[in-house]
Amino acid sequence: MDSALIPEGAKRCAFPKFAIGIAVVGAVLLWGVFAMFLCWFKGLNQTNMNDYYGFALWIWADLAVIAVGGGAFFTGLLRYIFKIDELKNIINFAVIIGFICYSSALLILAIDIGQPLRGWFIFWHANVHSMLTEVAFCLSAYFAVLTIEFIPNILENRQANKVPFFHHLAHNMHGVMAVFAATGAFLSFFHQGSLGGVAGVMFGRPFAVREGLLIWPWTFFLFTWSAAAFGPCFTLLVTRITEAITGKKLVKDNVVHLLAKISGWMIITYIIAKIIDTIYWAIVTAPSLGFTLSHFYTNNSFYGYWILIVEIIVCGVLPGALLIMKSTRENSNLRLIAIILGVIGVCLNRWVMVLQIMAVPVMSFDTWALYIPSWQEIATSILPVAYGIILISIAYRYLPVFPQEKELNSVEPVTEAE
Amino acid sequence: MKQENNKAYKFGMVIDLDKCTGCGSCMVSCMSENNVPFKEDESNKKDSITWMRVYKLTNDKSFPDTQVAYMPRPCQHCSGKGGHGHSPCVSVCPATATDYGYDTGIVSQIYTRCFGCRYCMGACPYHARYFNWWDPKWPEGMENYLSPNVSPRMRGVVEKCSFCYHRFQAARDQAYAEGNKDEIAEENYQTACTTACPAGAIVFGDLNNPEHMVHKIVKPDPHPDPRNKHVIGKSRNPKVFRLLERLGTNTKVYYLSEREWVRKSGDNYLDGEWDKIKNHHGASVSHD
Repeated sequence: MDSALIPEGAKRCAFPKFAIGIAVVGAVLLWGVFAMFLCWFKGLNQTNMNDYYGFALWIWADLAVIAVGGGAFFTGLLRYIFKIDELKNIINFAVIIGFICYSSALLILAIDIGQPLRGWFIFWHANVHSMLTEVAFCLSAYFAVLTIEFIPNILENRQANKVPFFHHLAHNMHGVMAVFAATGAFLSFFHQGSLGGVAGVMFGRPFAVREGLLIWPWTFFLFTWSAAAFGPCFTLLVTRITEAITGKKLVKDNVVHLLAKISGWMIITYIIAKIIDTIYWAIVTAPSLGFTLSHFYTNNSFYGYWILIVEIIVCGVLPGALLIMKSTRENSNLRLIAIILGVIGVCLNRWVMVLQIMAVPVMSFDTWALYIPSWQEIATSILPVAYGIILISIAYRYLPVFPQEKELNSVEPVTEAE
Repeated sequence: MKQENNKAYKFGMVIDLDKCTGCGSCMVSCMSENNVPFKEDESNKKDSITWMRVYKLTNDKSFPDTQVAYMPRPCQHCSGKGGHGHSPCVSVCPATATDYGYDTGIVSQIYTRCFGCRYCMGACPYHARYFNWWDPKWPEGMENYLSPNVSPRMRGVVEKCSFCYHRFQAARDQAYAEGNKDEIAEENYQTACTTACPAGAIVFGDLNNPEHMVHKIVKPDPHPDPRNKHVIGKSRNPKVFRLLERLGTNTKVYYLSEREWVRKSGDNYLDGEWDKIKNHHGASVSHD
């Protein structure tokens, strides 16, 4: 039915099967859209947020998708600026994942603000001292860059590519992509960092506040570094899931091993910096404000030391170690465990830097505040996942996303002698 | 007619916690004065708007040694680290919807510019900022009793105590009309909570003006605290303290109590720390 749109030589499932899959995920998407409209028309009273939890599930989801979407800028940086040629076989997919993550992040922000029609005030009445202003500018600009990076891949669709203008445009855009990759890396450095800065500059919140360099708290650099480190883990994870669903090998092992190795070393260097930051904060920063470490991890029913250990050791040191060692990195199952742990680790870090900050009491007579999101918050947080699945499905079906797919899945021609 | 005002005020408050009975008059008067909306069911205090909120403190001792204190908590009108106006909330607002008045020391909120990101709420350790989760609604007929001097806020924006800024505007106009544009009389600008407190526990005025009662009680130290360079305006009155002073928020709401445990509850201290610093009151006690 849609065979004319499918990349030449590629095998795809029958259209009805594809349509049913899209319909199922589409139903989940509609559920999220319904909740989104409830929030827009009835207001944020649809959520379980309150005056203690002004930042909640959405902001975590926002930070998490931006962190895991960091694979796009970092892979682009490696491919186009550091000229690591093998990564051309995964860069398209990294860009699509980044596009999904960043468009989702912008959508979440549009739902999250109390007066969505005034969202443009952040640009018009910009406060240059606010980390959130920097986030808004760099995030929007980087989304534009990602769109530009995605366009050539769209134009390579079998039918679009027949149009000479589109064909040449895609070709020429590939030629200048290094400029956009460099721009993307620059913008990502600042918006990933300023998202970390959002927490680090809150000097009224001893759990969040950090010293730093000039105007940037250490969380600024940690967020950028962690996004570059764990973003490729997410790219590899989604690639693996796509391979499992399609039943095809889509990227050669040497490419996967290379990206996993780079990610592993990035994770190890990041986690060393994170451990130093945590120790300094625990023994210098927090005590100077009158707080012991135990204040942040005891006397409540959820946040214990376990979260610190899981984030740093189980989902930081462990995946880093698994990915830097050749034997474990090249073991398919151990690599999968490592990248899953890595993705959980960075998401957990963002959780801690949003929700635990809000939970910890600061005034001596205040109490811990715990929160359970409403179904509307959960539905709108799942919405980007459904949207991502649909966009990846459509992109995979109709665009030449994986340059090695044909080679890896070619069927040997049967000779007459046989 | 163009009005100019070159005088830099620093409006502040001192609340005597030994006088406060926890009656809640300050809360009621504040809500009434400032058109603060309320819900039919106000049992969930985490999403109720209370510009002025009274906390109940105890000394955590069992009977018969139990003691209780009530702590009214308006917006603390922080002047930020070093007193430069970078309050925790002002510095983070991405749309400049909250501002620090260098001429008054008052942290303002521009409701029509706020787009409801709530970053300021996250940054405020005092929970002094409130979000309008619902459309403001009043029982039928009650709209007629709303103050015409204060604009009601719409759903989706943050609001907070303004030190009854409209009263400052009125007092400024009055001073100007009387030909005394550089001086607002102490009695002409008082917040609603101050005037409503039956115990006289709240004193409000200009911390820069030695003639004002609030200055006489607080005796703010103009020098940075030698123990913490971010702290400025520390009280030289040994019975006066501020909430979370160590964070360097430099609030302009001071508290007064004869009771040591009450003063200690104003901040967080490591084991043994309180005894070392409880008698430290600014750079020098000689700066009267």
